[in-house]
Amino acid sequence: MLSKRIIPCLDVRNGKLTKGIKFKGNVDIGDPVEMAAFYYEEGADELVFYDITASSEKRQIMIETVRKVAERIFIPFSVGGGIRTVEDMRQVLLAGAEKVSINSAAIRDPGLISRGAEAFGSQAIVLGMDVKKVPRSESIPSGYEMVIDGGRTYVGLDALAWAKQGESLGAGEICLNSIDADGTKEGYELTLNRLIATNVSIPVIASGGAGKAEHLFQVLTEGMADAALIASITHYGTYTIRQLKSYLHDKGIKVRMNW
Amino acid sequence: MIAIVDYEAGNLTSVQRALNFLGYESFITAEPSRVADAERVIFPGVGAAGKAMADLKSRKLDLALQEAFRSGKPFLGICLGTQIIMEWSEENNTSCLGLIKGKVRRFPEDLADQNGNKLKVPHMGWNGVHIKRAHPLFEGVSPSSEFYFVHAYYPAPATGTTVLGETFYGLTFASVICSGNLVAVQFHPEKSGRPGLRILANFCQWKGSEDA
Repeated sequence: MLSKRIIPCLDVRNGKLTKGIKFKGNVDIGDPVEMAAFYYEEGADELVFYDITASSEKRQIMIETVRKVAERIFIPFSVGGGIRTVEDMRQVLLAGAEKVSINSAAIRDPGLISRGAEAFGSQAIVLGMDVKKVPRSESIPSGYEMVIDGGRTYVGLDALAWAKQGESLGAGEICLNSIDADGTKEGYELTLNRLIATNVSIPVIASGGAGKAEHLFQVLTEGMADAALIASITHYGTYTIRQLKSYLHDKGIKVRMNW
Repeated sequence: MIAIVDYEAGNLTSVQRALNFLGYESFITAEPSRVADAERVIFPGVGAAGKAMADLKSRKLDLALQEAFRSGKPFLGICLGTQIIMEWSEENNTSCLGLIKGKVRRFPEDLADQNGNKLKVPHMGWNGVHIKRAHPLFEGVSPSSEFYFVHAYYPAPATGTTVLGETFYGLTFASVICSGNLVAVQFHPEKSGRPGLRILANFCQWKGSEDA
């Protein structure tokens, strides 16, 4: 049977990791290529790069990073951040990424999802969703609203409705980030994950809130997620990927233990 | 040299990158004559069967691939390539190359695991492969290895002996097919970490029979 995937997320700005990552032994790694190679050896099932480079003229740096990563690691990885057109997608995919992730650009222009899926196949298009809990209302019946700009701007779009629309437009996967849980290390937003995962038939990657191995177990069972995105929980050496996977494996979750 | 057959079906560069990493030279080509000249042929692909067959035919690559198989040179199918080598695909009702007897089926909508939980289609992610007998391409690959899959259709060979490996996803399907000088894998060896690279390296050394 299919394994649940554990996916480290790396934030990159101008070709460097935004936070130098410190491991046990105080090895500081600021180079995304070295970091990708490290996680590849460590047993990550997939990687996500999120490019937060502000200026468009520096996007070429990210493409170069993608190319170097693709020469070193032989597992799927996706790239998000700043992708606004099918041409942007093509550049990233040709440089060696398996998937692109689109977030606010898809909200502004939902047709981007279908154009991307048509050009490269649904398997290459990940719909990134930043979501905040709000009071239920007529326009937000699920009580979860789409937000952009790192959670500062509410867009008046219901998260559940948007997930379903994204699927019907051709997204192959959803990366579901709870802005409320993000950075808390208190666990994933289980209700939100379960709501989306049970209402779409494409895989859902849970994002935001992992602080303990138990949180991954919760979101992969109760939260019904297909994969768990992680960041600080492994970036700072609290756990290794093997430790997380061994924990999940011992609790009966199927994960890839041999790499 | 190794020819990677190009028919506008997906990301061929990732296969070439993996071969580069392993130290094997390859070229990406859509020319039938270059496929004919190559020592080995890799037939990858992502996309839909109907368009893929139409592209192959328009370039006369369908004949070149049939000839490559007949000539006895080592031949590796990957993902869509593994479906196109069958006789017919349910996807777009497509007549395929017919190198291996059998059809290509879609995973049913009501696919469920052993506990009755609904399974998503496409089958995407890491899954195991049960290898039924020793084969040079799986030399040194641990039986507990997993491989990266992305597909909604699966090959269903008519002859059991051509099934080298099986995978369970709601149903058991042929994830590795072999016949003489041909091996075809439904997963992506170029995206399956070290075990996948080992299969590619084994292919680059393979003489093209089940013994060596």
